[in-house]
Amino acid sequence: MAGDYPKVERVMGGPAGWVSILFPAILFTYFLNLLPEVVEGPVTAGFDWVPALGVQMSVLLDGLSMMFALLITGIGTAVTLYSCHYLGDHPHYPRFVCYLLMFMVGMLGLVLANDLIALFVFWEVTTISSYLLIGFNADQASSRRSALQALLVTGAGGLILLAGLIVLGSIAGTFRISEILTQGDMIRAHPAYGAILILFLAGAFTKSAQVPFHFWLPNAMAAPTPVSAYLHSATMVKAGVFLMARMNPVLGGTDAWFWILILFGGVTAVFASVMSMRQTDIKQVLAYTTLMALGTLTMFIGAGTHYAIMAGMLFLLVHSLYKAALFLMIGIVDHSTGTRDATVLRGLSKAMPLTGIAAALAALSMAGIPPLLGFVGKEYMYKAGMDLPGLGAIWVTLMTFAASALMFAAGGIVAWRPFRGELAETPHHAHEGSWPMLAGPLVLGALSLIFGLFPGIPGHFLIGPATNAVEGAVHEVHLHLWGGINMALFLSILTFIAGWLLYRNHEGIRARLAAFEARSPIDFDAGWDRLLDGFKDFAGWLTGIVQNGNLQRYLAVTFTTFAVLVGGTYLVRGAFEVGPRLIQLGAHPVQWSVLLLMIAGSFLVVSTTSRMTAVAGLGVVSVGVAMVFIMFSAPDVAITQLLVEVLIIVLVTLVMLRLPYLPPRSELHFRFGHAIIATSVGAVVTLVLIAMLSGPFDRKLTDYFEQTAYPEAHGRNIVNVILVDFRALDTFGEITVVAIAAIGALALLRGIKTRNTGNQNGSEEA
Amino acid sequence: MQSLILTTATRLLVALLLVFSVYALLRGHNLPGGGFIGGLIGATAFILYAIAASVDEARAALLVDPSNIAVAGLGAAAIGGLASVLAGKPFLTGLWLFLGASEGGKGLPLSTVLIFDTGVYLAVFGGILTLVFALEEET
Repeated sequence: MAGDYPKVERVMGGPAGWVSILFPAILFTYFLNLLPEVVEGPVTAGFDWVPALGVQMSVLLDGLSMMFALLITGIGTAVTLYSCHYLGDHPHYPRFVCYLLMFMVGMLGLVLANDLIALFVFWEVTTISSYLLIGFNADQASSRRSALQALLVTGAGGLILLAGLIVLGSIAGTFRISEILTQGDMIRAHPAYGAILILFLAGAFTKSAQVPFHFWLPNAMAAPTPVSAYLHSATMVKAGVFLMARMNPVLGGTDAWFWILILFGGVTAVFASVMSMRQTDIKQVLAYTTLMALGTLTMFIGAGTHYAIMAGMLFLLVHSLYKAALFLMIGIVDHSTGTRDATVLRGLSKAMPLTGIAAALAALSMAGIPPLLGFVGKEYMYKAGMDLPGLGAIWVTLMTFAASALMFAAGGIVAWRPFRGELAETPHHAHEGSWPMLAGPLVLGALSLIFGLFPGIPGHFLIGPATNAVEGAVHEVHLHLWGGINMALFLSILTFIAGWLLYRNHEGIRARLAAFEARSPIDFDAGWDRLLDGFKDFAGWLTGIVQNGNLQRYLAVTFTTFAVLVGGTYLVRGAFEVGPRLIQLGAHPVQWSVLLLMIAGSFLVVSTTSRMTAVAGLGVVSVGVAMVFIMFSAPDVAITQLLVEVLIIVLVTLVMLRLPYLPPRSELHFRFGHAIIATSVGAVVTLVLIAMLSGPFDRKLTDYFEQTAYPEAHGRNIVNVILVDFRALDTFGEITVVAIAAIGALALLRGIKTRNTGNQNGSEEA
Repeated sequence: MQSLILTTATRLLVALLLVFSVYALLRGHNLPGGGFIGGLIGATAFILYAIAASVDEARAALLVDPSNIAVAGLGAAAIGGLASVLAGKPFLTGLWLFLGASEGGKGLPLSTVLIFDTGVYLAVFGGILTLVFALEEET
């Protein structure tokens, strides 16, 4: 990839690098300064964004958004620092930085938004920037496919979420999140609650890759490693989790919420951790363990008790710290050895001791070994699981146990085994990473250790406020490393034993899983391809029918659709009324003669076999229409009608020079169909006009234009005043269409011309 | 096909039509006319010229490529609309200046609406000529 391009020497990625590092670093410091204030209670601020729609750009900074903001900016600093060495010599590095910062802004906006619509806009920003980042190596077809897949899955989820946001906002009467959060009881009792729940969860589950929408996330690992570390493990994929946590006070606490979340979350967690054992690429192993983490988080938010929420928030912090470190570590290993194959890598700790330390710290936290923060997290998850009522307790505890044991094994595969034993042969000679690449993983690993030794610090400043924000209540939270000898500790020890056994036998398990996968008929990724192919086939089939390249077919389809839809609507609604106004048609003899002229013209058009005669006939009709306009004192419209008619004659004449002669007489059944279409369109239009005239005429607009045209718009010609003043935006749109249509036609005609000359050249050569 | 009558008449008519098109544009706010009609009349003048002489001569007489005129028209309309934004009013609000206004009359009215309408004139004029010239050259 990077090596294929000519190398461009850049110190630390040049200015793009420095900006990208300073931006999150400064924000991180800023949020850190606000931390003591937020621990006391939420902070809000804002201004009107789209006042006409009541959309506000307001900020809600409570414990939950604070924890996310610190993770986004903190890990963001580590990742940007890392990227300037990892990708600094890539010719498209500035573009990469651009996407990454765009994502960062989107993600920050998402977690800080205090308005549902603003939240949605930022949600989409993260989707789009994720698409750009996954497809960063756009010269590879697999990257493009993965990027598109992620975009379509999360984008579709986003649209469903938008529907949910709008329903919720209209029920609550406000789009302000802080105001909606206080209306939980009313919304849970509302008949639309079920719909809102499903719409929200569809958005959250696609974004956070819950089974069965999980398949895009492992594919998203086509992105450069810093992106995987940042978007697809530490931040963006947690947006769905964030949404569920944010909406917990409003939507949570019902049986439906409880069961949907713990079932989907539990299945995702265990399915993903089993799948992680199957992988040989250590980046893929991590991708599946990220799925496991997302499932676990969903499960604990669904469980909803104080302990469960606390365990969830704690695990969120634990996971972000160790997973980002592990991904960055893999990037160093990949960069240095040229491979990520778990079956090849051995003995790296001799060549890369610092990477080894960072990897060990992160992996120990992932495996949940004391005294790291991962251990604390796992203890609280077990406690929370066993606290639940009834069947829920058994399910959550079992799923947590299975996932944690598999996690232990995955930690061993990713970050223990590659560093042990004798140094193995790799495509490049293994060497230590540079300090910008090592700083992130080392600091994150160290944090896992420090927070584990002193869990009171994250407990007081991060987990406590976040738990309160999610619960919508105020509790004091104290975290302990040592919870005493209890059931949770017993389960932890059991996890270690099971995990160790899995790790010892992981090669056998991998082989069996691979064999099982080969036999299994269920393949989500291939299913996705079939779905897309189905769409394409359907679109191709429909286009073949409606737009077959024959102008007559186009016109027939358009006019039939018009007649059926408009006529049908009027029939169904019973709007065809013939009122007293119709009688007034018995008008002046001049009007009748114009009318007869137009009818004669129409007959000429349909009965002739000569195009020239048909055009002349149409001209007669057109002049008749212009005369009608004049009779009803609309000279502007009449002039335009006549001028356009002149132009049409010119254009038709020019086109006719190139057309073949009409056949002497068209086939009868063919014309018969056209006659039916033409007559029904005419009938529908006539009936609609009669129906319109039958109703009382609303003079509100007419009066307004008549009264204001001269005093306010300084014009006596109302038609023109409407065009250039009252409805100037419409006119602006129309002239844009005129210009674009002309340029489009020009391009088409030039295309024909070059193709023709090309053919001539070809025949001359032949 | 060269027609002496057509060529001779065209010399007179083109000039008349062009003057008339500008006249239609300027009077449009109070009497029948306006940018759209003016643009159509102006385009007709050049189409006539292209038929009587040739498209190449019409293009040469026009000096600027018609598609550029269309886009310039769009730009003029946008500028006419944006002027009011600079004055702190919504997009496309008319701004008026009455030169020499007195008790009795409004004087010479100048407005952003006229700029906008000129934009409409140019867009229609350029758009139609782009289309017609391309069709004529293609045959």
